[in-house]
Amino acid sequence: MVTETTEEAAARLVESLLKGNRRAAGRVISAIEDGGDAVEMLMRALYPHTGRASIVGITGPPGAGKSTVVDELIRVMRADGRAVAVLAVDPNSPFSGGAVLGDRVRMMRHATDPEVFIRSMGARGHLGGLALASHNALLALDAMGFSDLLAETVGVGQSELEVAGTADTTVVVVPPGLGDGVQAIKAGIMEIADIFVVNKADHPQADRVVADIRDVLRMDLKRPEWTPPIVKTVATAGEGLEDLWIRIRQHRRYLEESGELERRRRARLEQEIVEIAERRLREQVLRPRTATPEFRAMLTDVVERRMNPYEAAEQIVPKTAAAG
Amino acid sequence: MLKDRTLEDDYRSWRESHPPHNRDWDFTTLSGEEIAPLYSPLDIADESYTRDVGFPGQFPYTRGIYANMYRGRLWTMRQFAGFGTARDTNRRFHYLLSQGMTGLSVAFDNPTLMGVDSDDLRALGEVGRTGVAIDSLADMEVLFEGIPLDRVSTSMTINAPAAIVLAMYVAVGEKQGVPAGQLTGTLQNDILKEYIAQKEWIYPPRQGVKLVVDTIEYTAQHMPKYHPVSISGYHIREAGSTALQELAFTMADGLTYVDASLERGLDIDSFAPRLSYFWNSHIDFFEEIAKFRAARRLWARLLKEKYGAKNPRSWLMRFHTQTAGVSLTAQQPENNIVRTALEALAAVLGGTQSLHTNSMDEVLALPTEKAVEIALRTQQIIAYETGVVNTVDPLGGAYFVEAMTNRMEEGALEYFRRIEELGGVLVGIEAGFFQREIADAAFRYQRELEERRKVMVGVNDFVNDQPIDIPILKIDPEVEREQIRRLQELKRTRDNDRVDRTLAAVRDAAARDENVMPYLLESVRAYATIQEMSDAMKAVLGSYREPAFV
Amino acid sequence: MSEPRLRILMAKAGLDGHDRGVKVVARALRDAGMEVIYTGLHQTPEQVVRAAVDEDVDAIGLSILSGAHMTIFPRILELLREQEAEDIILFGGGTIPEDDLQELKRMGVAELFTPGAYTQEIVEWVRENVGEKAAGGSAAPS
Repeated sequence: MVTETTEEAAARLVESLLKGNRRAAGRVISAIEDGGDAVEMLMRALYPHTGRASIVGITGPPGAGKSTVVDELIRVMRADGRAVAVLAVDPNSPFSGGAVLGDRVRMMRHATDPEVFIRSMGARGHLGGLALASHNALLALDAMGFSDLLAETVGVGQSELEVAGTADTTVVVVPPGLGDGVQAIKAGIMEIADIFVVNKADHPQADRVVADIRDVLRMDLKRPEWTPPIVKTVATAGEGLEDLWIRIRQHRRYLEESGELERRRRARLEQEIVEIAERRLREQVLRPRTATPEFRAMLTDVVERRMNPYEAAEQIVPKTAAAG
Repeated sequence: MLKDRTLEDDYRSWRESHPPHNRDWDFTTLSGEEIAPLYSPLDIADESYTRDVGFPGQFPYTRGIYANMYRGRLWTMRQFAGFGTARDTNRRFHYLLSQGMTGLSVAFDNPTLMGVDSDDLRALGEVGRTGVAIDSLADMEVLFEGIPLDRVSTSMTINAPAAIVLAMYVAVGEKQGVPAGQLTGTLQNDILKEYIAQKEWIYPPRQGVKLVVDTIEYTAQHMPKYHPVSISGYHIREAGSTALQELAFTMADGLTYVDASLERGLDIDSFAPRLSYFWNSHIDFFEEIAKFRAARRLWARLLKEKYGAKNPRSWLMRFHTQTAGVSLTAQQPENNIVRTALEALAAVLGGTQSLHTNSMDEVLALPTEKAVEIALRTQQIIAYETGVVNTVDPLGGAYFVEAMTNRMEEGALEYFRRIEELGGVLVGIEAGFFQREIADAAFRYQRELEERRKVMVGVNDFVNDQPIDIPILKIDPEVEREQIRRLQELKRTRDNDRVDRTLAAVRDAAARDENVMPYLLESVRAYATIQEMSDAMKAVLGSYREPAFV
Repeated sequence: MSEPRLRILMAKAGLDGHDRGVKVVARALRDAGMEVIYTGLHQTPEQVVRAAVDEDVDAIGLSILSGAHMTIFPRILELLREQEAEDIILFGGGTIPEDDLQELKRMGVAELFTPGAYTQEIVEWVRENVGEKAAGGSAAPS
């Protein structure tokens, strides 16, 4: 909503955020969501203050009761003295692009807790994509001093999965009674889970789902050092959440002790640097070179088979002798 | 068979020679149901009079729960009201009783309805505004001062803290020397529709139902003349549902209470006769009449055939009706008199046992005396001038009405199947099923209205440029201040040790999953406040969190 | 999508449970391409303003049907001022008599819609009065 057009304004905003000013934090995240030049300025100012928070991604199909799980998890974490920030991502309407973001309704009781920050984000409409916007928003909350960040998404889109995947610990919430069982859950969700939560565990089919998940895990040979535990919860009754928090902490210990945390963060930061560089390349090199009449003429040549795409690309980005 | 074929042929040839030239209009009910240009015996050919329609006062009661209906006794003209302090309301009660009414009706303010005391921050600006403020037994005593509870029947419109208020009513009776067994009246106490529509809740749904069953059990044992639950469709309809959803969701709620009470070990005939319904009567005339008739038949069949109730009184779907608040307009409010009259007529033709007619200015504020008088006269004109009471179920046999009644019944059964598949009402509430259906229907209707496919006279058609006159409802801020003063005085002067002891006992009883009524009574007698008692139970039962969606 | 999206907080404050209207308006705003955050029922003014600030919304649409509007609207304006969030536009709806309506507008409520208002009317008003503000941009808080 607010576009800071000067570096000074961005710096001031960040300074305010670092002092704990929530208004500033809200505005920073909006600027991040809106994309544009402001983002880089903000992120440059924020970055030195990040890296302390632990990120938990919480995802799963609709109807799993994720918001209730998150609400209860906040309670447990707060009781443990943590300062928690939540990013709740909701899908947009495919028709209008608008969205009703209703997740915070479930977390209402934490609304005036000064050590809790809840921010809703629509899944679409972010210049640069959802994963980038949410990643940067989480960094802003990290810089603000929250010890734990929860990123809640509905695991239906690729980008939502990406958001969950960038977390240190990914929790997948599964409801019982899915019909085709766990196979019905979107491919990709199962692979990213560090912890499974079977919510609504008082449902008669809950144990069935637990068994199904165990079967799938048996077939997964990728991560022998950490077998995702399966936690049963009845979030509406507040049951099982202490157990979930214990598992999350266990996972964190495993990440630290095995060096996996370091590896993942390094890999993510490397990826981030590369993505930033790619974006620059696209904006500063590719876009200008493909917006010319010459390029369009070349395109016609390719369409009419007078030139092949590789030759055309060569014109834009010549193979350098150093490369290869 | 030969006869039917001939009729079909006749119909077909009639239809061919008179093709339906519809003018440009949506011939659907308010709820969106398509209506045929004509109904004839062909539409009810599968019906058996005795099996499906029957005689009034006899299973399945489609035509009425009593054989004589209004020839025997007119419906109760029960106008409900409530405002300000217990003292003001008490004065109003004495006046009404002097005018010959034998039934009183109490409306409570928002804080009371939510189990919140008048001195709580959340009550700010809301004390005594839409009903009477009751913080403790002390207020209840003032409310009923000089009113003989053994001779007066009281209807109390309260839900989440209903068990507490019932205990207060019993305690007032005690002080008057009237044993609980002699008390008559009704408690709304339908918590399921709160989660679905009215949204005045405290505890989560399962726990809310437990408290309802506590009152059903308690009254079955100690208050045989008292009606502990008024299963309500009124609010569901006001929230935007269709007529069919009102019918189906409400009855599903009722069945949930029946199931829960049976699970508790109660005998069906010990409580079913004291369950009653509260329906909306909206502006689509025939749809409403069909709804009432279908409701009677559905309930009778379910209670007799599915639940095996032996006492015929258990099979009766007795009901109170209120004309639709949501059909009234702020624009050209005099038109509301007409709307209310038609809706009241539908309720009467539908066989209601008691009726509240809205006043024309009720949309915006507590009604003026003149408007209340007109609303009452409306009922009296129907009863004494129109002649519709001369025979039972005058519309019985009308092809359209019987066809619609059947359609409503089928539609409701279909909804029951869906709800069962979901896992029941409680699961449905948690999943947001009912709330979403209602929000969808409300949104659909609003769109229809804005696109002029549905008309509200004076609002989107036939408008004039008369500005809306929303009357200033000045509630004296002194009411709130006075109430808070009295409450704080009470908290100072009562035996606080006794209060703490009894509250702990309530908490423990709730934790042991016992019936809380006797413990609430003890707490009430100690002058614990409504919030103290609600909070004691909240500590064990938990509080409700709305589902996250729109 | 480089057009700044409008974020609107739809709020229900006070103890009344009527959410039919607020939900219908929320959907209409969504269909008009806006991001709507719904607070849920029974909010205190403190909860509403906290949500508005953290979510950095452009406007708050407050629905009050309990009659407590003269207590709640001003309190929200006060809290917005305290938290340096006066640029968040406050509008709303309910059964509000003319005198109170004028008084509230004098105090700073941008617009109030009474029963019978079309959702289209509300959507257009938001587009014109809230969007305008966003397009103008504003300074950072100090």
